[in-house]
Amino acid sequence: MTVKISKTHNKSKVLMKDVYIDNLIERAKEDKRIVVLDADLMNSNGTIKFKKAFPDRGIDVGIQEANMIGMAAGLSATGKIPFTHTFSCFNARRALDQIYLAVSYNKLNVKIVGTDPGVLAAYNGGTHMPLEDVGMMRGIPTMKIIEPTDPVMLDYLIDQILQDYGPMYIRLQRKDAAEIYEKGSEFEIGKGVLVKDGTDLTIIASGIMVEEAIKASAILEGKNISARIVDLFTLKPVDAEIIIESAKKTGAILTAENHNVHNGLASAVSEVLVKNYPVPLEMIGIQDLFGEVGQVDYLMKRFELTAEDIVKKAEKLLARK
Amino acid sequence: MLTEEKKKEIKKFAKSIRLETMKELGNLGFGHIGGSMSIVELLAVLYGEVMNVDPKNPKMEDRDWLVVSKGHSGPAVYATLALKGFFDKELLKTLNKGGTDLPSHCDRNHTPGIDMSTGSLGQGISMALGIAMGNALDKRDNFVYAILGDGECQEGQVWEAFLYAGNHPMKNLIVFVDNNKQQLDGYTDDINSIGDIRTKIEDFGWFSQEVDGHNVEQIYEAIKRAQSSDKSSAIVLDTIKGKGCSFAEGVELNHHMKFKKEQMDEAIEVLLKEGDE
Ligand SMILES: Cc1ncc(C[n+]2csc(CCOP(=O)(O)OP(=O)(O)O)c2C)c(N)n1
Repeated sequence: MTVKISKTHNKSKVLMKDVYIDNLIERAKEDKRIVVLDADLMNSNGTIKFKKAFPDRGIDVGIQEANMIGMAAGLSATGKIPFTHTFSCFNARRALDQIYLAVSYNKLNVKIVGTDPGVLAAYNGGTHMPLEDVGMMRGIPTMKIIEPTDPVMLDYLIDQILQDYGPMYIRLQRKDAAEIYEKGSEFEIGKGVLVKDGTDLTIIASGIMVEEAIKASAILEGKNISARIVDLFTLKPVDAEIIIESAKKTGAILTAENHNVHNGLASAVSEVLVKNYPVPLEMIGIQDLFGEVGQVDYLMKRFELTAEDIVKKAEKLLARK
Repeated sequence: MLTEEKKKEIKKFAKSIRLETMKELGNLGFGHIGGSMSIVELLAVLYGEVMNVDPKNPKMEDRDWLVVSKGHSGPAVYATLALKGFFDKELLKTLNKGGTDLPSHCDRNHTPGIDMSTGSLGQGISMALGIAMGNALDKRDNFVYAILGDGECQEGQVWEAFLYAGNHPMKNLIVFVDNNKQQLDGYTDDINSIGDIRTKIEDFGWFSQEVDGHNVEQIYEAIKRAQSSDKSSAIVLDTIKGKGCSFAEGVELNHHMKFKKEQMDEAIEVLLKEGDE
């Protein structure tokens, strides 16, 4: 597993939803097991392309998330690999029982894609903003959870997603994402990625917070603070090894996630640390609040998710060391 | 019966709601134009004539309630509330901006006059049913209204509520289905048809009517009939998604659109030039 970090972190020219669906369409030409379901968000999620390419395997069920997940369970029971799609908020909130029993308890193979996680729900506002989805999925035995960070990683992971049998929740930003990795990088579901080494603290981040962590580490550099950065894109099963190694090397951990600090990345990392190698830890994330409407920039500031917020928390953390 | 004068007044109100909604969305440059435009006449009848509400006292005990279950129509509801005096019209310029009290989906924590927060489709009818039950327990003689989308009726929860309130009639509950025949991904009939929705609801034990949803007199008369029924009542409104906004009406994907300010200004011009009949 080798990764190359891109020198700049511009927004990608390609959209995450296109990278995802184009790749899936390619595979579906050979792999007849792939079925794509969506609940009246095909035009938002980009899955409309799949329906156009494979009218019989691209299914728009309408506005009925629970029925969609139940149908996906049935499809899987006949050997298909269903990928279901809706906004992140409507997966966990409207179909959790179906995800739990129909899919997971039945040991079936459904890939559940949730788009617009956390503050990326932006203009859809507080009623939609999914800040609890990882927590809800984490409570389901056998469920795997990934949050692909950028187009290169997403493209690379599709193979593994297809090869992995069992329920998986894919937390997907659908628009342009900051480019973190260069083409040729390799990833493995279940393994965290060392983005940058450092000695004073480790920022363990996921999703859009990886970019903020990189920006924060540059600011910290100027203050003679050396930050190690880990991209923990697999939120379950969590990579205990890299978390413990980071704690041992840097003696302080700062988690950063676009999610409630309860039950997501911060909780997962804390669980590993308290059992194995407790060190001071601080959490960047939504502090148990409901979401709000607004531009992503506004929301990042409002919920203290920016690089500057990371820097402040890092200094607080180091004072505790 | 509405007097000719009253009819004119409500139609004028509808036109103002339509214009304010278009300006509000025009300012922002994108939004849920389709489903906002299709409920304008309904809002004009409800707030212009039917509902007992007090803009100065939005939480008045014995008020009539409205649950906008298709919460993405917030922009039209906000325009109506502003025109009624629930809050300053200037506020409409803040739609969806960070820190606003007018988020894209209806939110009772933010906006005076909004009775329930909605946005996750399928939930509003159950909330309205509960409000109707609470008011009945307290022996209030007010009404509870709810507005559902036709696409929204694909949600199972909607039918759980239809079943329950059919078996346990709430005569103070009146549910509208904005049957504009379109949802986000296109035509409801192509995706997962809800069929003859009026009859389906009737089969669940409701007093169920269907009228032209852009005809204020028909809407008013249907509400009057519903108010005197002992059953839970549904009124299916035959509507057009995007109605009255020239670049949206008749377009298949008009649910959420991006537009230039000039494009909206032009559509506003077109609307202003239209006669009142
Ligand atoms: C539970 C849920 N699923 C999906 C969405 C996303 N969504 C918002 S509006 C909409 C289409 C609504 O169609 P319809 O109910 O017919 O409303 P209208 O056409 O009147 O706008 C969808 C799919 C949502 N808000 N809630």
